[in-house]
Amino acid sequence: MCGIVGLYLKNPKLKPKLGKMFKPMLIEMTNRGPDSAGVAIYRNPVKKAQTKFSLAHDDANYDWKKIDVGLERALKCDCTIKKIGNHCILVTTGKEPAVVAWLKAHHPDVRVVGSGHTIEIFKEVGLPANVYDKFDLDEAQGTHIIGHTRMATESAVTTAGSHPFATGADLCLVHNGSLSNHNRLRENLRKEGMDFQTENDTEVAAAYMTWKLRGGATLKEALEDGLRDLDGFYTFLVGTADGFAVVRDPIACKHAVMAETDDWVAMATEYRAIAHLPGADTAKIWEPEPTIVYTWGGHA
Amino acid sequence: MNELDLHKEGVRGINSLLHSLPKNTNEKHWVIHNPMGQHSIACGIDGPLQIDIRGHVGFYCGGMNKDAELTIHGHAGVGTAENMMSGVVWVKGNSSESAGATGNGGLLVIDGDASSRCGISMKGIDIVVGGSVGHMSAFMAQRGNLVVCGDAGDALGDSIYEARLYVKGKVASLGADCIEKEMRAEHLAELERLLKAAGRKEKPSDFRRYGSARKLYNFSVDHADAY
Repeated sequence: MCGIVGLYLKNPKLKPKLGKMFKPMLIEMTNRGPDSAGVAIYRNPVKKAQTKFSLAHDDANYDWKKIDVGLERALKCDCTIKKIGNHCILVTTGKEPAVVAWLKAHHPDVRVVGSGHTIEIFKEVGLPANVYDKFDLDEAQGTHIIGHTRMATESAVTTAGSHPFATGADLCLVHNGSLSNHNRLRENLRKEGMDFQTENDTEVAAAYMTWKLRGGATLKEALEDGLRDLDGFYTFLVGTADGFAVVRDPIACKHAVMAETDDWVAMATEYRAIAHLPGADTAKIWEPEPTIVYTWGGHA
Repeated sequence: MNELDLHKEGVRGINSLLHSLPKNTNEKHWVIHNPMGQHSIACGIDGPLQIDIRGHVGFYCGGMNKDAELTIHGHAGVGTAENMMSGVVWVKGNSSESAGATGNGGLLVIDGDASSRCGISMKGIDIVVGGSVGHMSAFMAQRGNLVVCGDAGDALGDSIYEARLYVKGKVASLGADCIEKEMRAEHLAELERLLKAAGRKEKPSDFRRYGSARKLYNFSVDHADAY
């Protein structure tokens, strides 16, 4: 099972309502994925010299201040932190690899769930409605957002195994389906220097995309190569800095539906998630074809 | 005309009401508002009702339909009119995969495109698609007619038995044991009847016919090496 949903606003006037518009989309997918939920929201871009990190910790009362102070001292950089639920948004002038290395060495219990200039990732076990409330997403503004409700099949119900998975700067992946060659692929990617936090199959797909993109592939190329190298059933939704992309495996038995109006583009596992959007009743609606990479707003 | 609000009544409320009507009811015309993409709307109807669904529906709408004439004024989700027995299910928009799956009889019309596996394992239903169909359509089709006014995706009619497939546009590829066949007078007449029933303007002579080569019916010792 699992439910995936994405909303991209074509009309900038709707930006203040992004969180409100998306909420019923995610919650409608609760019975496809009651184990955990997560969203990646694109908002509040930081300056060019800065990087924004989404960090998570199992302890909701974790003292994020020590990350702030420690990083500033160690890397001689500026940092600001904002605690949201058991996550923290860290904005820093520190370089991305140095920050990640420092966190790994000094605070290995802190998980980096995303990084880039605009992306913020929040994910947690529990019902989608609870997760949404926990991270104050109702009031969220932004240009686009993707989300996932998980019914775990391939690995344990944990926050680390929840989607979205980061796949590089401002990129993340949500997945409906299951991959059958993830163990072998994980071993191969480890040899290429990729790190894994879980036994999850989607994390392998995300690492695969990250590896491809680091090697210079465009997002479209990475997704097309994935059609050859990832064995299994999947519909992928990839959030990018300025839009999102959708691709389905060649058999395409994992549901997906798209809808578009003058104001927005939406993708969901089932249409009922989209039905709540204003203008959905007159939207253009269709099922995405297998192996075709669909992109909106992005430069795939 | 009777109007029902699915948001208020719920899918079960609406379906049980429609099921409870006697076959000779005078309350024949029902309009369902606010379908909101919910699944299994108007499934298992067993009577000569006329049902209009005003909006987009989820999966399995009109499944097992018998005698009723059902119109979906919007998009239809997965498995529309699956295992339909008789009557008409008409989709005014596009349809997701597996439309008309295992249908035994009646007419399914999709004005738009029909996605993959349209008419999979069809057993006597007639399906007319105004647009195109996706891959693996009419997979293991046994009986009935699939008419496609647009194009057909890969592996059309894979492992087909006796259904007849008519396509006006391009066929990406034919599936195992599916071949192009001669269009004879009886086929043109049948196609004319189906196009007319679906309100289509296409000319039967612009279509090509595909069907079973009947080579997979029985085990052939020549294929022993393939196993």
